[in-house]
Amino acid sequence: MRKYCEVRLSGAGGQGLGLAGRVLSEAAIRADYNVCQTQSYGPEARGGSSRTDVILSRNEILFPNCRNLDILLALNQESANRFAWEVKEDGFLLLDSSFVNQIPEGHVYAFPLTDVSIELFKTPVVANIMALGMMAALGRLFDLETWVRVIRETVPERFVDLNLKAFEAGHKEGREVLHIEEGRVPVAFDRKRPVLKSQRRSNH
Amino acid sequence: MIVPWGETKLIQGNEAVALGAVAANIEFFAGYPITPSTEIAELLARYMPLLGKPWIQMEDEIASISALIGARLAGAKSMTATSGPGFSLMQEGLGYACMAEVPLVLVNVMRSGPSTGLPTQTAQGDIMQARWGTHGDHPVIALAPCSVEECFKLTIRAFNLSEEFRTPVILLPDEIIGHMRERVTFPAEDSVQIVPKPVPDVPVEWYEHYHPTPTNISPMASFGSGYRFHVTGLTHDTHGFPTRRKPEVDAKMERLKHKITRHLDKLEDVRMHDVEDSRVVVFAYGSVYRSALAAQELLKKKRKKIGVFRPVTIWPFPDRTVKECLDDKDVVLVPELNQGQLIHEVERMTSDEVRVIPLHRVDGYEITPEEIVASVMEVM
Repeated sequence: MRKYCEVRLSGAGGQGLGLAGRVLSEAAIRADYNVCQTQSYGPEARGGSSRTDVILSRNEILFPNCRNLDILLALNQESANRFAWEVKEDGFLLLDSSFVNQIPEGHVYAFPLTDVSIELFKTPVVANIMALGMMAALGRLFDLETWVRVIRETVPERFVDLNLKAFEAGHKEGREVLHIEEGRVPVAFDRKRPVLKSQRRSNH
Repeated sequence: MIVPWGETKLIQGNEAVALGAVAANIEFFAGYPITPSTEIAELLARYMPLLGKPWIQMEDEIASISALIGARLAGAKSMTATSGPGFSLMQEGLGYACMAEVPLVLVNVMRSGPSTGLPTQTAQGDIMQARWGTHGDHPVIALAPCSVEECFKLTIRAFNLSEEFRTPVILLPDEIIGHMRERVTFPAEDSVQIVPKPVPDVPVEWYEHYHPTPTNISPMASFGSGYRFHVTGLTHDTHGFPTRRKPEVDAKMERLKHKITRHLDKLEDVRMHDVEDSRVVVFAYGSVYRSALAAQELLKKKRKKIGVFRPVTIWPFPDRTVKECLDDKDVVLVPELNQGQLIHEVERMTSDEVRVIPLHRVDGYEITPEEIVASVMEVM
């Protein structure tokens, strides 16, 4: 198992990054990691740039912010431009191609999270949890039971079903990218490259 | 049960402050919401009705701290939470609480200033405001946590110290600590010590609200308990009535001072890592302390040794320990999220031979370990 992992969830204020970060952190705690989650957002309630950093570690976490990203989720163009260069060579980016048109270089997965969220669930608000599902599959973070339990406990009750469906939709998409059958995502935290180049699927 | 005793949880710094207050048996909260401290008020608004205790949102911060003073005089352990601009408004009431010797806890989650500044970003700009914000000579106790777990522990300690010393205590987390979520393992309930309220044991007719004692700390009765006393912001005698007589004025002011300066051993709380055998020491507090420790690790890999010195209790400043431990060093680096506040205290306690170097950052982001390493490499 990997001992240390830095994840940044970035986008605009109001895209639900804080909740996604909390779900990720709770899952990490269930998997017995030390977790440190910080947020950065502007004074606006919606809009403006927003990010959540989550560090998972087997050891004590000293500096609380990410510096070398293993995983970057970017839900808008601005954050993709701003943070793509901070991703490590063996890390990856997950982009919401509904909003990100110019794809940065590196190990990129692009998927129209918001468009698909609207298509499947008639609302854009679960793009965050879909992204988390996809990230969980692509990054091989924790097993499905952990995620399901955490979503049940973290998300307000009346939205649990919607969020579970959204998570599964994202997870499924991630599995398809990896050509993995249902329920068989190995939790291989330590793989250097998550996916072979030949297996990468682009929507462009 | 509100506090998850003995459990391991993911919680936020502000949440830990609210839980710490509940653990310390908070009985009254008054406040006015302000980023980045709002979660404390929000969560206590949820918890306190469950405890059957009052929670009130006042019209502003001056009213909030005034309500706190009134509540504590009536016997209820009180706390408020604010940030820089609100803390400025509270200074008037804070001085009153110092003068009238009313225990209360004031949490100031520090954000970037002056004025509205960068309201959602971190800073350590209120270090000197905590010390000298209110007018006149007055006692101050201020604590700076560096982690979510410490937010919980130091909130309890703040309540304990305020009751023990009959004075306001200020908790100074910076925004990054207040908004950070971390894994916290709560202690067992019986391992946490709560200092009881200092009640008088004399008959009602003998009671003096500011009775001089060898420790300089007087027992305190509450309104409605049968004891009679007078409270004023004017300089007062032992019964609490205004006085201008020199012996009484001097006695009052001396007592206010000595109740802190004669108990430094109880108040002082410092952490030292490899300070003794290093020539270069980083002096850091709050969130910057974590960067300093990370920098120490990075430098170890380069075979460079530095020490890290951290005051947990910022006020009163640990004069004696700083002099003892840092006065023989070559360099003391003081990284702060301001333009240099506590560095002056370090300079005051070290001789001219010690190079005291500042490292500032005021753009609302943390000082990174790499920045500390770069500053250290320049002088090593």
